Amino acid sequence: MSSRTRARHGRLAGRAEPAPALDVDALLDDPATRIVVCCGSGGVGKTTTSAALALRAAERGRRVVVLTIDPARRLAQSMGIEALDNTPRPVPGAHAKNGGALDAMMLDMKRTFDEVVESQASPEKAAQILANPFYQALSSSFAGTQEYMAMEKLGQLHRDAQRSDRWDLIVVDTPPSRSALDFLDAPERLSSFLDGRFIRLLLAPARGPAKLMTAGLGVVTNALTKVLGAQVLRDMQTFVAAFDTLFGGFRQRAQKTFELLQAPGTSFLVVAAPETAAIREAAYFVERLEEERMPLSGLVVNRAGQLPPGGLSADEATAAAERLDRARKRNGTATAPLTAGLLRLHAERVQIVARETRLAQRFTAAHPHVPTVVLPALPTDVHDLDGLRLVGELLGSAR
Amino acid sequence: MVSPTAEIDWAGIRLHVVTGKGGTGKTTVAASLALAIASAGKTVLLCEVEGRQGIARLFDVAPLPYEETRIASGPNDGGDLYALAIDPESALLEYLAMYYRLGRAGKALDRFGVIDFATTIAPGVRDVLLTGKVYEAVHRNRRSRNARQYDAVVLDAPPTGRILPFLNVNSELSGLAKVGPIRSQADTVMTQLRSPRTAVHLVTVLEEMPVQETADAIEDLQRAKLPVGAALVNLLRSNQLDDAARSEALADRLPREDIGDDLTSVGVDPEPALLDGLLNEAHEHAQRRALEDEQRRHIDKLDVPVLDLPRLPDGIDLGGLYELAAELCEQGVR
Repeated sequence: MSSRTRARHGRLAGRAEPAPALDVDALLDDPATRIVVCCGSGGVGKTTTSAALALRAAERGRRVVVLTIDPARRLAQSMGIEALDNTPRPVPGAHAKNGGALDAMMLDMKRTFDEVVESQASPEKAAQILANPFYQALSSSFAGTQEYMAMEKLGQLHRDAQRSDRWDLIVVDTPPSRSALDFLDAPERLSSFLDGRFIRLLLAPARGPAKLMTAGLGVVTNALTKVLGAQVLRDMQTFVAAFDTLFGGFRQRAQKTFELLQAPGTSFLVVAAPETAAIREAAYFVERLEEERMPLSGLVVNRAGQLPPGGLSADEATAAAERLDRARKRNGTATAPLTAGLLRLHAERVQIVARETRLAQRFTAAHPHVPTVVLPALPTDVHDLDGLRLVGELLGSAR
Repeated sequence: MVSPTAEIDWAGIRLHVVTGKGGTGKTTVAASLALAIASAGKTVLLCEVEGRQGIARLFDVAPLPYEETRIASGPNDGGDLYALAIDPESALLEYLAMYYRLGRAGKALDRFGVIDFATTIAPGVRDVLLTGKVYEAVHRNRRSRNARQYDAVVLDAPPTGRILPFLNVNSELSGLAKVGPIRSQADTVMTQLRSPRTAVHLVTVLEEMPVQETADAIEDLQRAKLPVGAALVNLLRSNQLDDAARSEALADRLPREDIGDDLTSVGVDPEPALLDGLLNEAHEHAQRRALEDEQRRHIDKLDVPVLDLPRLPDGIDLGGLYELAAELCEQGVR
């Protein structure tokens, strides 16, 4: 949920019309679809949606690898990826047909980062970097590292897929960021950080004597030493000096990933739950993707309440329940409290569905061209392949 | 629902840290808690630290600046709620101005990108700055000139996945700053966070993953010697059907004909589609509730006080916040 810092982007007037339907099966079946990225705010069911899409695609004949970020323990177990080893493995129990296959993996952020360092630097230098406390913090807790590494891993999987022809579709889950936009910004943020003025300043003493030793630098170093202590400053300088040779490589990789995301074979699905904050976040995301010319395929609204049949309104149901309560005091039947309960349950459900529908309509009024698929809330949690298969069927058929 | 072995000393706690898994309603619960405490006539500060402006949205006010702003007050001088959005850049500049009088150097730091560096990458520094500002607000007293004193501070903290590194600033810094002012600042903050005047509350919903995350977070917090407060169970489904009715609904044994007769008696036409719909809703509700009951048993085993918050059919607006605050008051929050 990021606060809006840029202007709204999209049509500026329009009535609420039904959103065009998102044809998930057509998207998954299209051989031109090579990458599907599921994004959205935390807690909306991104991981489940990604896994369900991957399973469905595999069972419809695609050779799929799904990159999950932080799956629920039972779901990870049922997909055979509870071991965090950063390697895609076949999912046991996937009924892949027509030459399809399903591999899955869970992202190990730190290891991915370590591997990048190891592949870019000499063994000696890599060891030096990996041992530095600043690197360790950067690779394990820097806000944005997880997003960056998810994209790095996507790039790796894509290169593997092209080289070995092992997969023809990559499905990616995105990290549960503070802001859904973080993962688009992370590569840019990391590379601009690594390229920043301060880094160059820190590098100056290591690079050459006194070239930048202006009055300004003196003030800055003194202030830093005062606040952070001299030792921190030294650690920082060691880190930056060791990392210096890698900066170019990082920037290049970030740029490549960004281009990959813009490529025609990539498809973004924005996942949301029918809640104000999640829908607002989805709207930001849709706008941002459009501004960045990223190929947006549609919106998946998870866990939507279903309007029950019969057309009984919330008000009618509540009124009827009240009449039953009153009648009970006089000569009501034994089942009157039960029936009143059913009516109140119904009234709540209708109210919830009405609120959710309003939210979805507002989204559609602002973004009428975004194809949408709405998944009904399931009465039970999804934590095995059967559950994923059911979600996949709903995704494919809920039009 | 307070478990017998643990009670919360609401009056004695000065800092309430509210965390929870994404999507559980952490910000809503933090705001309701702040309102509940303020409603007893207290002056409360509600802080956010993630740059989301979630408080401003909830209370429908303009985006909060780095300045304590009054966003609600009770009738007859009864209670004030202030809000503050803490961002690390402003906190660092304020910190530098306060302790080092770094006029010119402060600007130079900004110009060289140092502020940016310190607040984004220098490990742990960002969190020391954020928690440091919260600490400062908690610790004001009569001697603090021109500064408002608060009876309690409620912090809408980062989600459970990041709460430990966020609060455990000490250990995050330990590999780096072994001495120096930032280090001693971290130590002071840590002492406050570990004191019984702090409570870390966990917001959850009765679903498998959030409950598991809550259990994990409680374990982590206890290991880090951080004081765990209450588990706040949010978005609870209603109790429209009693246990017997729910088990009948699960077995699809609800008395269809009798229900139809009841409906007729109050002027609702019991056409088959409507009856099927009602029975199906009851079945799904009972299924969900059965899963919730299972998760509730896990929560009860955690041995922390539990507070309940209902799912409001109309969603959360300002009125809904006040309703949730009232629920908390009824369960002993003050």
